Amino acid sequence: MSELTFTLLRLGYLVLLWVFVLSAVAVLRRDLAARVADRTERRRRDDAGTPARKAAAGASPAAPPPPARGGSSPTRLVVTAGPLTGTTLPLGASSILIGRSPACTLVLDDDYSSSRHARIFPQGDDWYVEDLGSTNGTFLGDHQVQGPTPLPPGVGVQIGRSVVELQG
Amino acid sequence: MSAVVAEAAVGRTVEPHERRPARLAELFLLVLALAAGIGAFAMVGRATTGDLPEGFWVASGMLAGVALVGHVVLRIRAPWADQVILPAVVLLNGLGLATILRLQLSGARNMVGADAASNAVYSLLGALVAFALLWFLGDHRRLRRFTYTAMIVGLALVSLPLIPGLGQEINGARIWVSVAGMSMQPAEFAKIAFAVFFAGYLVSNRDTLALAGKKVLGLQLPRVRDLGPILIVWAASLGVLVFERDLGTSLLFFGLFVAMLYLATERSSWVLIGLLLFGVGAFAAANLFPHVNARMEVWLHPFDAELYDRVGGSFQIVQGLFALGAGGLFGTGWGEGYPQRVPYAFSDFIYTSIGEELGLTGLLALLLVYLLIVQRGLRTSLAVRDGFGKLLAGGLAFVMALQVFVVVGGITRIIPLTGLTLPFMAQGGSSLLANWIVVALLLRISDSARRPSALPVRGQVAPGGATHEPIVVGSAGTTPDGRPTGTPASGTPLPRRTPVNGGPTEIIAPQPETPKGEHS
Repeated sequence: MSELTFTLLRLGYLVLLWVFVLSAVAVLRRDLAARVADRTERRRRDDAGTPARKAAAGASPAAPPPPARGGSSPTRLVVTAGPLTGTTLPLGASSILIGRSPACTLVLDDDYSSSRHARIFPQGDDWYVEDLGSTNGTFLGDHQVQGPTPLPPGVGVQIGRSVVELQG
Repeated sequence: MSAVVAEAAVGRTVEPHERRPARLAELFLLVLALAAGIGAFAMVGRATTGDLPEGFWVASGMLAGVALVGHVVLRIRAPWADQVILPAVVLLNGLGLATILRLQLSGARNMVGADAASNAVYSLLGALVAFALLWFLGDHRRLRRFTYTAMIVGLALVSLPLIPGLGQEINGARIWVSVAGMSMQPAEFAKIAFAVFFAGYLVSNRDTLALAGKKVLGLQLPRVRDLGPILIVWAASLGVLVFERDLGTSLLFFGLFVAMLYLATERSSWVLIGLLLFGVGAFAAANLFPHVNARMEVWLHPFDAELYDRVGGSFQIVQGLFALGAGGLFGTGWGEGYPQRVPYAFSDFIYTSIGEELGLTGLLALLLVYLLIVQRGLRTSLAVRDGFGKLLAGGLAFVMALQVFVVVGGITRIIPLTGLTLPFMAQGGSSLLANWIVVALLLRISDSARRPSALPVRGQVAPGGATHEPIVVGSAGTTPDGRPTGTPASGTPLPRRTPVNGGPTEIIAPQPETPKGEHS
């Protein structure tokens, strides 16, 4: 075998090794991209599939929709943003304690929420949200919740980095 | 009833609406890895004998068989498992076999120990054990049941070589066990057992370790009684290893312990304590044990002529450095260098053989392949949802990274040389078998980490939490605008205990609770 073929083979082998390494890195990158795409797609699907969100989107974004009375009482609490996105809790006749403490009804895995952060509770036909003296506060849209505040379905409550809302 | 439960369990693991990944990326990478491995066999043969080496087709077929069987097993039993790990391991194993074959074919006097055929058999055995483990271990969390069994097994494995008649001393280290002509290094398996024990133990006790205890200079120190089992295992394994004179393995175990404690508790105090203990231990060992002291001298003054000529001196490490230097940037090419001049070039010093024939370019690719495996392990640890899996994957990935660092660092004189083996490459049945098992565990955990799960993912409803009555703490009256109040919001003054006439304290009682629903 000539010197040239040998050199080509020798360098070709190194190229093969690096092709392997770079392909593996490409697989990792694609993996990352696929995961992000998957997440956004899932979020879009969630948005489209929820009538309450549609209604909220239809109304003017500045003013929260009027509280639904009678007929359409919410049946579940959904986490729409934050580490637990997609988690749902069925609503009963009892209040829901939200926070990081394991004793809470909804245990948030969210560094920006307090251990007992907020409470969502029914009063008659309506649901109310109140802050339990949290460090970072609870927000309904732009304004901070001070004392019990009515919580209509489809309106997001910001708790730390998470957003929860009632859905019908 | 049990049938219903079983059905529910099956329904949970099989997700009808999520498509199983086709694992095409893995297939593609496997083809590349096989091309590199089989290409290496062929080039070694061409350079040494001018033709394909003896047993070329058997070895190539075996490597391809391992890759294919592994791929099929993963498709069936762990379809969501990571797609990079298996090809990376096949590549490393192929390169290792080719290097050992090359050294064996060189026919040098000090290379009689190189035995590519037996190493190929051990690779095959390791791969089969790994695939069997993947097939039968459906869920890595089942290992958590064996937490304390793993501790005992690990301690037993580590102390086996000390038993007279069973243990064997080779090159000054008593780390071998010889039974009926077969010898093995039990410490390699103890590594896995300890990782399982630590993952299981720490996942149950991490809160007490992290939170209970005094704070000294901003560092949270754990209580001594919480440390008990860990200190026992640590002291026992290190003590035994000091008696067995195996520096590398003791360093590996120590690193594993510190890393897993840090993973579990997130307290940097552990890293500090670990480094301090390590510093004290290293200083003491260097002064107390002559063999450690000799290693340190070789590390610091390898080119000293007297040290170079001494038996057990710096000859090996200097030859290794010359080999790396001879390799240069692009290497001499398979079979064209003289890697056989380095003692133990087929086991402890296989890194210099690769460095001489593939050059720095090849070595960097090799190190990146290790980095890929470790990165996938750590990524798995981040993504997996159960604490045990997190700790186990993190520990196993870390221990592999540390092992590569200790080996490569020792050969390139970054740290003193210790007798560890490069995973998947160096000759040695125990090392191959143990590392294949590590890979099987990582693949199993990564499958459960990447498997789409039914939500909720990490949020949980506390048992009975949703049915509790609301806890009303403060005054349950109405605000001026007619809203009901319950627990006082932030800023509301809470009822306080106030001493009355110096007598016993009493609570200024809130107003009686209003019945629910009054304000609707």
